Amino acid sequence: MSWFRSLALLPVASVLLGPFVGNRVAPLVLGMPFLLAWMSLTLVLTSVVMAIVYRLDPANAGPEHAVGEGE
Amino acid sequence: MNISIVLIFFTIALVLWLGLRAQRGKDMNLEQWTVGGRGFGTAIVFLLMAGEIYTTFVFLGGSGYAYGHGGPAYYMLGYGSLCFILSYWLLPPIWRYAQQRKLVSQPDFFAAKYDSPALGILVAVVGAVALIPYLVLQLRGLGIIVSVASYSVISSTQGTVIGALVITAYVMVSGIHGSAWTSVLKDILVMGVAIFLGLYLPFHYYGGIGHMFEAIEQAKPGFLALPAKGESAVWMVSTILLSTLGFYMWPHMFMASFSAKGERGLRKNAFVLPIYQLMLLFIFFVGFAAVLQVPGLKGADIDLALFKISMATFDPWVVGLIGAAGVLTAIVPGSMILMAAATLVANNIYGPLRARSSQVRIISVARLMAPAVMGVALWFTLQGGQTIVALLLMAYSLVTQLFPVLLASLLRVNPVTKVAAFASILVGEATVAVLSLNKLSVATLFPFLPDALKDLNVGMVALTLNVLTLIVVSALTRAPRHAGPRLQQQQG
Repeated sequence: MSWFRSLALLPVASVLLGPFVGNRVAPLVLGMPFLLAWMSLTLVLTSVVMAIVYRLDPANAGPEHAVGEGE
Repeated sequence: MNISIVLIFFTIALVLWLGLRAQRGKDMNLEQWTVGGRGFGTAIVFLLMAGEIYTTFVFLGGSGYAYGHGGPAYYMLGYGSLCFILSYWLLPPIWRYAQQRKLVSQPDFFAAKYDSPALGILVAVVGAVALIPYLVLQLRGLGIIVSVASYSVISSTQGTVIGALVITAYVMVSGIHGSAWTSVLKDILVMGVAIFLGLYLPFHYYGGIGHMFEAIEQAKPGFLALPAKGESAVWMVSTILLSTLGFYMWPHMFMASFSAKGERGLRKNAFVLPIYQLMLLFIFFVGFAAVLQVPGLKGADIDLALFKISMATFDPWVVGLIGAAGVLTAIVPGSMILMAAATLVANNIYGPLRARSSQVRIISVARLMAPAVMGVALWFTLQGGQTIVALLLMAYSLVTQLFPVLLASLLRVNPVTKVAAFASILVGEATVAVLSLNKLSVATLFPFLPDALKDLNVGMVALTLNVLTLIVVSALTRAPRHAGPRLQQQQG
């Protein structure tokens, strides 16, 4: 397991902890209730983290396997 | 006849026309009909999967849940994050295995992995049964949309029946190709409508999103966060986990991943789809805007929130456009679901039982199954009852039971035996059935548990029993020789 793959744990932790530690309405963040903002920003974080994982993953470098070859 | 109903029927006609066109020039063998000949690029697979996200469930269910339940609705954002992270590692091995063996369905996959046609049949039955409530909720949504947007000229029952006919006709003609093209149309329209409504309504009624939430917090303190009991943080996290595990266990989602040209397209989805999921926010804004503007919707009527506030705000032609978007959110996913269910019955239940049936025969059985499955769903829909979200959560509990067996099959050496796979799925499903028929919760089952744990999603009970069965039965039935040989076969 390469280090970059463990980045994916960040959004996972954020989703699982959010409802416990971020369960409040105030303060509004970006105009939204705190927990809603937390969960929305987690989605953005997910996308960023997974884009990084995708870029660093050697499986996505080089030519793609043609259908029928497998690995 | 008013303008909004004209717009809605125009959309329905357009969808049918696109479906007919998509099918032209394609030789429809089983692989073509179900997984698009495995030739879909990143963009189309993305749309098929995204299309699954933007169903009536989001459009009416999401806004309705925000309206009726408040904070707990945020769980939908949570599983949107987790299921796509999971997909990055889960889908490529599934895709690879499926395309090497030219599998076209989820039960094929289980049957091949466990070398057990009987397991395939069991998975097919589970899939078909779980798809029914999913189809029911699309029909329920269609009924609501057509009847409300016609300003009650058409009754909800008539709307449901019309929708059922359209979806059935569409599936019988075009298979998955139709779904991919109408997905494009649907997503553009739905996204436009969602963003417009999600911004316009808060500004129109409250002067801004922040002001809207302040007003709601003042009128109903705490509504925008999770309650301490019931749909609490424990409920939310357990529901997110169950939905995440279930997401790709849907027969049609499994099938959609087969239709990819390569595994990279599937991995890309892991960072594109979460952003797409953000559209839920705007849908929530609509539901929240309705809280103080059209109060009083109760029970299953909370699903009407989006349309009630739209009608109170706009001219009929705008309501017609919103209705058109809504109709698409039901017809497009509805057709995928119906196709998946029909293929399951024909290919994975009828097929293995009638050993000599040819591919051509199976396709024609699948086409005949479409109206039959729709008939069952229609019957359930007309019985009325639950909200859209409640229906989906129940259906999720059913498909989630397949996850442990699938996960084990992806390991290098599968520790699970055929018998254990069978037993664990049966135990899981039986538990879900007993729990949902008796409307049991963790609190009623285990009154001795600490308060915090009482809010666990009841699906967790079924999943726990499922996994325990898997471990115990595997240990009891494992013959030392059985652990290895099949897996070595597939490496080569």
